[in-house]
Amino acid sequence: MPTVAPLDLDGHCIAAVFLGGVPHFALADGTIHRLDHGHKTLAVHDGLLCATLDQTKTRLITGGEDGKVCASAGETTEVLAEAGRKWISSVASGPQAAIAYAAGRSAFVRFSDGRTKEFQHPRTVEGLAFSPKGMRFGVARYNGVTLHFPATDGKPTELEWAGAHTAITFSPDGNFVVTAMQENALHGWKLADGKHMRMSGYPAKVKSMSWSVKGKWLASSGAPAAIVWPFQAKDGPMGKAPLELGTRGNSMVTVVACHPSQEVAAIGYDDGMVMAVRFADSKEVLLRRPGKGAVTSMMWDDEERRIAFGTETGDCGVIDITG
Amino acid sequence: MSEAQTQTPAQIPVTVLTGYLGSGKTTLLNRILSESHGKRYAVIVNEFGEIGIDNDLIVESDEEIYEMNNGCVCCTVRGDLIRVVEGLMRRPGRFDAIVVETTGLADPAPVAQTFFMDEDVRSKTKLDAVVALVDAKHLPLRLKDSKEAEDQIAFADVVVLNKTDLVTPEELAAVEATVRAINPAAKIHRTERSGVELAEVLDRGAFDLSRALDNDPHFLEAHDDHHDHDGHDHHDHASAIHDVGVKSVSLRGGEMDPKKFFPWIEKITQMEGPNILRLKGIIAIKDDPDRYVLQGVHMIIEGDHQRPWKDGEKHESRLVFIGRDLDAERLRKSFEACQAA
Repeated sequence: MPTVAPLDLDGHCIAAVFLGGVPHFALADGTIHRLDHGHKTLAVHDGLLCATLDQTKTRLITGGEDGKVCASAGETTEVLAEAGRKWISSVASGPQAAIAYAAGRSAFVRFSDGRTKEFQHPRTVEGLAFSPKGMRFGVARYNGVTLHFPATDGKPTELEWAGAHTAITFSPDGNFVVTAMQENALHGWKLADGKHMRMSGYPAKVKSMSWSVKGKWLASSGAPAAIVWPFQAKDGPMGKAPLELGTRGNSMVTVVACHPSQEVAAIGYDDGMVMAVRFADSKEVLLRRPGKGAVTSMMWDDEERRIAFGTETGDCGVIDITG
Repeated sequence: MSEAQTQTPAQIPVTVLTGYLGSGKTTLLNRILSESHGKRYAVIVNEFGEIGIDNDLIVESDEEIYEMNNGCVCCTVRGDLIRVVEGLMRRPGRFDAIVVETTGLADPAPVAQTFFMDEDVRSKTKLDAVVALVDAKHLPLRLKDSKEAEDQIAFADVVVLNKTDLVTPEELAAVEATVRAINPAAKIHRTERSGVELAEVLDRGAFDLSRALDNDPHFLEAHDDHHDHDGHDHHDHASAIHDVGVKSVSLRGGEMDPKKFFPWIEKITQMEGPNILRLKGIIAIKDDPDRYVLQGVHMIIEGDHQRPWKDGEKHESRLVFIGRDLDAERLRKSFEACQAA
């Protein structure tokens, strides 16, 4: 039987993650809480807006209303960059300890040696993600995606599709880039030939996307079920129907987190419920009963035994699936 | 142990402040931020610029207009507002209301539509009122050289006619008549140095039609020329200083047949949406004991039952369209055709 170790915090949880096996919870008020032989707290920002793990999974990169980009773990935090009075709206982590962050219409890349490069855009930078291969990152923007090669001075690649693109993710093999849009849809490009993939029909905006092991499936929120698109074929999900997992009649899926090695997804709902569902047979296991508010973030640990989860109402915790 | 109380979180009211450069927006914002009125405001501005107050709750945001991919040309939202409002609402309790300042040249429609079209924004906030600041001295010039000045007035629930000390009483009367010609439904306040009572611009509930009606029992009546018999055609308010491109069409009828009225209003807003800046109305529906109130922005319309008709109250339907290129005669005829037999 799965068990839940609750951690009741006061505020909206932006990210629930494991850093070196220790669960960390970053809240919108700028504090990072952790369960490391007791509940400990670190104040990082005056208003925390976005967070991502660095690629070694040892530090949490955060951006704030205070215009700062920080890297934190345990008791230490380091300010990596400052962008004045602008909000840091998005952060991403890349290879060789590079990070990217967005403020207004500019995206910045900070290399591990502290060098920073600015990339200006005509419109607001809505989302950021590094490609898993090479030093390349993508910017989700109005009417498409811009791909930059920050290590060289090469010209960016523009991928166009009308509409506002608000979040971006690369498939783990680097063959596809997928964006979430303002209008309840995902859009994808096959990078080899620029072929478009339209994934629509969501009743709500997609706020969470997660690739399954080896990038065979892309799970997404935005519906009363987790919508899981097949990406095994060379053209991705085109012409194929997605799986609908963990369907509930009166709740919406708000977060999806795929298992690190098996075709299973943890699914979080707007009432705080968490389920694990297997792709092969849609078998469901209840992991957490509904709580006070919507699940906002989830992550599996490396041992594939625990899931850290956060909610918009602060009733966070750690699920142990082995009980 | 008692069960935790489930509380429906209140929607935070949002005031949109429009007006040309020099109309007094910054002065008004500074007053909102510094006067003691017992409320805390988060303010979203385009540039920190001249706001002389250091406050965590002033957020700079690049105006970002996103067209929706639904084939509707007037369905635009402010993408930056979606993000900023979402961010602010993750830390509720810091402020009681939000003020959005637009740039001088801004079209107010995308700002207003953001609060209706984006589900996340809509669930946490509600549009309170659109307030237009107008520089009494320079308005005639502004109206000559831009469509936006006219749109801002047409769109407003409250017009603050500012800098009245810089014009003669005659000029002021002419300017006010022009504002009234563009927007007969707005409340107008004459001020100097943005000295309007803050209660007249904040927390108005102008988009909450039931409240707007309680605040102003003569709503949709006040400037209706059916009552004065001066022979003046109210569809064509003459303005000495401006050839008004935006006009209002006021319609009046008896009880409506819901089977005719709702398809009609749907069709009108679909077809004429780009030309309709605002619409407001109180509708009497046949065999319905409640007044039905209605309002819209371009193609978006919202309606709700407000309150029962009072004893002796005349079951009358009133509807005002403010917009461009509206065919008043066709609107009137088709509206009247929706009346119950």
